[in-house]
Amino acid sequence: MAVLTAEGTTGATRRRRPFDISNSTLAVAAACVLAFLYVPIATLMVFSFNSNPVTKLPLTEFTFAWYEKALSNPDLMAAVWNSVVVGLCAVCICIAIGVPTALALDRYNFPGKTVFRRLVILPITLPGLITGVSMLTMFRSAGIELSLLTVIIGHGTALTAIVVTNVFARLQRFDRRIEEASADLGARPLQTFWYVTLPNIKSALIGSSLISFTLSFDEIPVTFFLTGRDNTLPMYIWSVIRRGITPEINAIGTIIVGISIILILVSVFIMHEDNQRAGPVRK
Amino acid sequence: MNNRLRRVVGFWALFSGPALWWGLVLLVPYLMMLAISFYTQQFPFHVPDFQLGNYLTLIGDSQYYGVLGRSVKVALLVSVAAFCLSYPLAYFLAFKVQSSRLRMFLYIATIVPLWVSYLLRAYTWKTILGSEGILNSFLMWLGIINEPSTIFLYNEFAMVITMAYIFTPFMVMPIYASLEKIPPSLMEASKDLGAGRWRTFIKITLPLTMPGILAGFTFTFGLSVGDFISPILVGGPYSNMIANVVATQFGISMNWPLGSALSVVLLFIVLGIITASDKLERVGRLNMG
Repeated sequence: MAVLTAEGTTGATRRRRPFDISNSTLAVAAACVLAFLYVPIATLMVFSFNSNPVTKLPLTEFTFAWYEKALSNPDLMAAVWNSVVVGLCAVCICIAIGVPTALALDRYNFPGKTVFRRLVILPITLPGLITGVSMLTMFRSAGIELSLLTVIIGHGTALTAIVVTNVFARLQRFDRRIEEASADLGARPLQTFWYVTLPNIKSALIGSSLISFTLSFDEIPVTFFLTGRDNTLPMYIWSVIRRGITPEINAIGTIIVGISIILILVSVFIMHEDNQRAGPVRK
Repeated sequence: MNNRLRRVVGFWALFSGPALWWGLVLLVPYLMMLAISFYTQQFPFHVPDFQLGNYLTLIGDSQYYGVLGRSVKVALLVSVAAFCLSYPLAYFLAFKVQSSRLRMFLYIATIVPLWVSYLLRAYTWKTILGSEGILNSFLMWLGIINEPSTIFLYNEFAMVITMAYIFTPFMVMPIYASLEKIPPSLMEASKDLGAGRWRTFIKITLPLTMPGILAGFTFTFGLSVGDFISPILVGGPYSNMIANVVATQFGISMNWPLGSALSVVLLFIVLGIITASDKLERVGRLNMG
């Protein structure tokens, strides 16, 4: 960035070629990569409005038919509903387990802390497949039937790491003396948590919850092994696209893409704003 | 209550719940998988008769080497492809975009695809590469080919391009972060001392971004070696990767001991890559002082 500014300002004195090949090559390359990232997504969206049931060029007529078909498909809608329920319950687990975990990691030293910290982030470090099959092993050995509940526990376990890391990072920037002051002024630990700590980690909590929900909505490797008779949305889509290609999937895909992008932008914005306000890392 | 006791009570009040949860739903499953990898399969059950047979099967049967080798090869190709795509983009963003607002916008644009459903991103390549797909109909429209070709889909190429597409943002993020940290004065100094563009890049920029490159390789490699969905969708006869074999052993074949042994191998490959890149990064940092 500053390199460019320097070049730009001294450009007149330093003899420069009028057309800088290297810079424009780089710009073209960057544009191509961005195009590579967006053409497939654009394809999905464009063909969700195209009347031809086969996804091929040239485009035929504009239509909302696939959206109507998707939205009136009871199996698909049941799957969407299941995904919403799973996502919401998983987020509750993430918060209920993730916040105390982050607090414990931030303020206590205990034997095996390093190992514990590594263990907690394993589900986002290792391929989801490994977490999925190991939890399947546990549920089956304990004689627990696979259902949406096992999926919820799976998502809760796999995604809590996101809440832990975000809240922990936020706690590291938080001035603990405020909590001490609150205690000195006679607040009980829960009061201090509710009135002092929670407002300070609120944005990290909201941001990471939104991310966890979005990821749960999209989760396959863990769900694949833990789901019973009820499908989540990705499992429904999976069962359909294995059989063949249908523009209905493009339509529902376009809707999901829109909603996830909005959720993620909101969460990025919330966390970014807050980090700007919070100042540097304390420790 | 004295202070020390209060701290201990406070700790357990806070932590007993989470500790129980993590133990029950995370540690126990991993340990169980490790234990079952030593069990004996007596179809359709597995019995706690500890032996090394499953690992010996993996070592003894060349079929598994083949699968393992191909999975590692594909994961490496994906990482290299993602690297080749990411570096120019990250470099352009970090050094060539003047307005910081535009740079932020382009960076977010780069990582937004991460939040577009994984499954849909894999599936869209099926619609692009298929014999009735967009690429074929486009090439026919151009007149380059006369009839739809089946060479694009259901092979290793399709798997590599699909996974490279899906995982490229994971490569861009750490590389961009490490490029951003380089003080521009270093590059100016290199130029002032007479180094050309390429020399500055090879001697200054590239070594300084090694930590980011390593992190990117670790992410992309780990994600692609553990992926079993993309291979099924676009890999066709080549979709028999290590993660797919694990999935099959736990699903159709119901041979949990062998499946567990394979997952343990996969787990150690991924942990090995993570540890190696950590070590390399540390060594690199020491060398650069």
